[in-house]
Amino acid sequence: MKVDLTVNGKNITADVEDRMLLVHFLRDVADLTATNVGCDTTSCGACTVLLDGESVKSCTVLAAQASGHEITTVEGLATNGEMHPVQRAFHTEHGLQCGFCTPGMVMAIVSLLKENPHPTEEQVRNGLEGNLCRCTGYHNIVRSALAAADAEKVTS
Amino acid sequence: MIPSSFSYQRAGSVEEALSLASEHGDDAKFLAGGHSLLPLMKLRLAAPEVIIDLGGLHDLSYVNDEGPYVAIGALTRHHDVEHSEVLARQVPLLAYAAGQVGDPQIRHRGTIGGSVVHADPASDLPALDATLVARGAGGTREIPIGEFFQGLFETVLEPDELLTEIRVPKPASGAWSFQKFTQRAIDWAIVGCAVQDGHVALVNMGGTPLRAAAVEAALAGGASSADAAAHAAEGTSAADDIRATKAYREHLARVLVSRALTEASSRS
Repeated sequence: MKVDLTVNGKNITADVEDRMLLVHFLRDVADLTATNVGCDTTSCGACTVLLDGESVKSCTVLAAQASGHEITTVEGLATNGEMHPVQRAFHTEHGLQCGFCTPGMVMAIVSLLKENPHPTEEQVRNGLEGNLCRCTGYHNIVRSALAAADAEKVTS
Repeated sequence: MIPSSFSYQRAGSVEEALSLASEHGDDAKFLAGGHSLLPLMKLRLAAPEVIIDLGGLHDLSYVNDEGPYVAIGALTRHHDVEHSEVLARQVPLLAYAAGQVGDPQIRHRGTIGGSVVHADPASDLPALDATLVARGAGGTREIPIGEFFQGLFETVLEPDELLTEIRVPKPASGAWSFQKFTQRAIDWAIVGCAVQDGHVALVNMGGTPLRAAAVEAALAGGASSADAAAHAAEGTSAADDIRATKAYREHLARVLVSRALTEASSRS
């Protein structure tokens, strides 16, 4: 079937199988491979992207369902070579170890801060309940989210 | 994991969804947020030949104050139930329970109607006194939630019938509580419990969501919270599985009902 998505501001039209998952569309059709497939069972959050500005797990959305909608992946966050405040916070706070969960963590935090720009530490921890870090590096991930909120520059 | 092949159809209206469902019968499944159905399809536990996507039916996403009850459109997402001002005021139990479903990403996609018709007894949306409104080729019918669940993943809906609205009566008081026991944050409840005005519902203590009738009877007879909670496992048929034994679930039911009754009375 023909799908028509806006990914990181760019329109992408493609003929795909009806059963194609959004995460495979992003990786294999749009050639955006930052979004990882982790558990593939809606648990780990590695595949988190924004659909119309809200975090979703792209292993559990059909490309067909996303047709006509806007998707943002971690590749779409930086503007003019400037890192997004959440990306910058992960850098300064050392919010990653192996990096596998990072794209999903960053997108989940972007969505969280959009809904709640000044969360408490507890709200950050609850807000990230759908994202697993296999290195167990949660403390610095939470610190990154709080630092990004403090920067008060989250716009997307 | 990739689902079996199917034909994807996007319904533009309830009428179109019903007509597609009549045309394809048992071969078709409605898709709302997809957070119950798609995981089953990826595991090949479900392999419908036709998927009828309801995602475009925005007129089935609403929370309206209708006087004696609150009407919730079947396609209202958990996120919108959680943040509904009407529900926060009128049925805070439901807004709170919706916020306990899965995780934020799941709540951005999953819908209250999809969750109810999926009929997982471990669902966080407990069976208190709602009325469900369904539309089919033969017209509209109202189904009390007590008659809706037939068994594990099974409801009274016909394949060509669509749940359109959930009507939740306004409670008599603010005496509510929702308790859920999980080992990890995003797990389904091993056991859960909802209390509203002396009505007590149990999550995952049988093949369907249950009312704790023995607890309700004890409360009606004037028993204390602690004495009533001791009856929580009566009439249940909890599973013995990899996550908990039946005896452990029965113990949890008594503990959670006791906590819920205590919290509810502190709010009344």
